Amino acid sequence: MTAHDLTLSRRSLLAGAGGLIIALHLPKAARAQSAGSATFAPNAFIRVAPDHSVTVLVKHIEFGQGPFTGLATLVAEEMDADWGQMRAEHAPADVKLYANLAFGVQGTGGSTAIANSFDQIRKAAATARVMLVQAAAQAWKVPAGEITIEKGVLTHASGKQGRFGDFAEAAAKLPVPENAPLKQPAQFKLIGKEGVVKRLDGADKARGKTKFTIDISAPNMLTVVVARPPRFGGKVASFDATDALKVKGVVDVKQIGSGVAVYAQGMWPAIKGREALKVVWDESEAEKRGSAELVAEYRALARTPGKVAGSHGDAEAALAKAERVIEAEYVFPYLAHAPMEPLDGYLEWNAQGALARFGSQFQTTEHQTIAQILELPPEKVQLETMLAGGSFGRRAQVSQHLAAELAMCAKAIGPNRPVKLVWTREDDLTGGYYRPLFVHRMRGAVKDGKIAGWSTSIVGQSFILGTFFEQMIAKNGLDSTMFEGANELPYEISDFHCEVHATKVGVPTLWWRSVGHTHTAYAVECFMDELLQAAGQDPVAGRLALMGKEPRLAGVLKAVAELAKWTGPDAGNGRARGVGVAESFGTFVAQIAEVSVGEGGEPKVHKVWCAVDCGIAVNPDVIRAQMEGGIGFGLGHALYGELTLDKGKPVQTNFDSYRSLRIHEMPEVEVKIIASTEKPTGVGEPGVPPIGPAVANALARLGQGRPRRLPMVGGIA
Amino acid sequence: MAHTLTINGRSHSVDVDDDTPLLWAIRDNLGLTGTKFGCGVAQCGACTVWIDGQPVRSCVTPVSAVEGKVITIEALEGKEAAAVQAAWDSLDVPQCGYCQSGQVMSAVALLKENRKPSDRDIDLAMNGNICRCATYARIRTAIHAAARTLEG
Ligand code: FES
Ligand code: FES
Repeated sequence: MTAHDLTLSRRSLLAGAGGLIIALHLPKAARAQSAGSATFAPNAFIRVAPDHSVTVLVKHIEFGQGPFTGLATLVAEEMDADWGQMRAEHAPADVKLYANLAFGVQGTGGSTAIANSFDQIRKAAATARVMLVQAAAQAWKVPAGEITIEKGVLTHASGKQGRFGDFAEAAAKLPVPENAPLKQPAQFKLIGKEGVVKRLDGADKARGKTKFTIDISAPNMLTVVVARPPRFGGKVASFDATDALKVKGVVDVKQIGSGVAVYAQGMWPAIKGREALKVVWDESEAEKRGSAELVAEYRALARTPGKVAGSHGDAEAALAKAERVIEAEYVFPYLAHAPMEPLDGYLEWNAQGALARFGSQFQTTEHQTIAQILELPPEKVQLETMLAGGSFGRRAQVSQHLAAELAMCAKAIGPNRPVKLVWTREDDLTGGYYRPLFVHRMRGAVKDGKIAGWSTSIVGQSFILGTFFEQMIAKNGLDSTMFEGANELPYEISDFHCEVHATKVGVPTLWWRSVGHTHTAYAVECFMDELLQAAGQDPVAGRLALMGKEPRLAGVLKAVAELAKWTGPDAGNGRARGVGVAESFGTFVAQIAEVSVGEGGEPKVHKVWCAVDCGIAVNPDVIRAQMEGGIGFGLGHALYGELTLDKGKPVQTNFDSYRSLRIHEMPEVEVKIIASTEKPTGVGEPGVPPIGPAVANALARLGQGRPRRLPMVGGIA
Repeated sequence: MAHTLTINGRSHSVDVDDDTPLLWAIRDNLGLTGTKFGCGVAQCGACTVWIDGQPVRSCVTPVSAVEGKVITIEALEGKEAAAVQAAWDSLDVPQCGYCQSGQVMSAVALLKENRKPSDRDIDLAMNGNICRCATYARIRTAIHAAARTLEG
């Protein structure tokens, strides 16, 4: 935390987090908040209403990656519901009912939504089904075993028929059975099937009807923007609000922990009020190094011994023996997430309680943070998760800074005055919490067509060490999010070594869609390709020869080669093809990119073939959409993305300088989903890692070299 | 001062400063929130509305400069709109959805001008609309699909 007026100790968070019990359980005591006595809520996840609608309470935030549709598919499958009767909404913040089983607290991240909920929500649905059937059996006076359900209609051989809503009230009075049977995969009618479901949130989004946090309004509500320090670690020394208060519509100006808050009747007066505000900043403790200085420091550090993150054989000895050592150094800039909806939040409160509404990704800790700042008992604070306009990691806040700032804004103006805090795009891009800047220094050698030694040194910031998440993620003081994907390779290399340096820099950083893999996959896959090229090997065959212990990764690589009709890197017509593969979050993805050098010498990516193995594919079209989106997101940043610091100040302040991929830069994408009976894994992030190296490896075959410094286009640092 | 705006066929008087962007008058004063804020500097297209049928960036259009008839996503209608929204539905274009009001406003405006847009036409008409979820491939397919529906 940089500039909050609160100190949340790890201990207080842990104590409040419900004991961090990680176990698969189906909460029985709590039933989904019901809409009336005739509603049937057999558990915390499902509500069946008299109008036959089945509402799934989704504990994972929906910001485009598809959990509403995914979890509703699982429920509809087990209940044999009709897709038209399915609804989804966010579950309230309640760690006892809605903890993410991978974390022990309520939260979304690590592409865990489907993996976590696959068994849990199906059990909940199977239970609901048994109870509805039982209620029908009692009403019809027939054995339950003789009742079937198809598309939401219960039927008995005698010709009796009914729908879920007809039995909701009776089912609600039945005891909750243990061990309701789950379907076998052969019985699936929706899971894994093409064209049987549509996104539940799609139609409203195409019509501007979806309500996001920024769309909230309430009587007497004030819109708040905050003036924050221009450099990270800066503080308010003094401020003069005279001119700000003269702006029509500005109501008040208050200093809060993160800066100076301007309260106004609407966004425009708030923005103008902030422009008129005069703040003197105390920058004595601010970070003043720029990207260029950091890169120079990191490069030097990469040449000194770090902490060992992975090692086998003797890489140094192997490299010492080698005729030729190939070296490469990769530099990765800070990156902003820039979700389309900037950060925002709504809060109303008084001594009786509080209601917070925003795109909360870590509900449990954010709920506690708000309660603590408002000095209210947690049970008096309600947190409603809103649909959010993207996240890419930005809302998964280790520091809770948005929830804290929202609560501070609300507290400073006093009770019974609802506030809506909105960040502008400038606030977003200059506000930190970036994907950290990294340097990877690689050394390797090739002998007789084989990789004879691989050594890598990784330098960058950790956003985990010293936080609440350290005990969940770090081992032996090593933060795996810094080097995941680089400390153990999918390739058999007998002499291997990986070291890491965690630097201390006053720039707040955060996970960014696919986390460590955003840079490790680039460094590993580019360097591997370079070594294979030096060994005279084909990029596909050469990789496969080293992937003996990685059947699923080899599987996607073979599949993508087949899909692209791979015959080698040369695609003719001035085009070349490059390969990238990566496992992340338990999902395996391989991509081939076809690239040429386009206008102004910029890389032009024409087509991307992608194969993905995510275990059982629950919603094939959502998986394809996430691969397409992941490729676009990864490509845009590999080509153009850079958040440069100049003497500690962010240079790019809006989309005019933080260049985002646009429609004419989006390649055609073809996706192949591998059939699998393995447990499902996530797809929100794994589409991202392979695209950067796939493009770089194609550029190398066009004689452009593999870009060693990202972004590929422009780049200031 | 008071400004009279014709929005979605109705005349509204809003009492805001002259330099207030149409975007904030629409959202904060009139409560029409389908039009989104993404950048405030005419770079992302999330705020796209039509003035006299032309797509404009409402975030950089001050209310004092608005003379024509404004249409927002809430009042979008007609066969091009129906075709575009149906194609968006059938291809499941939206992800987070935040950019999609602007995408749809731009796409419908394109099809009103050009019943059979080429890929290049789509690039030119749509490259002012950023989608951070990168739904671009589906947007392109959906515009072609909508064009086919309109052909009949
Ligand atoms: S908000 Fe108007 S173009 Fe971005
Ligand atoms: S759908 Fe998320 S920004 Fe376009």
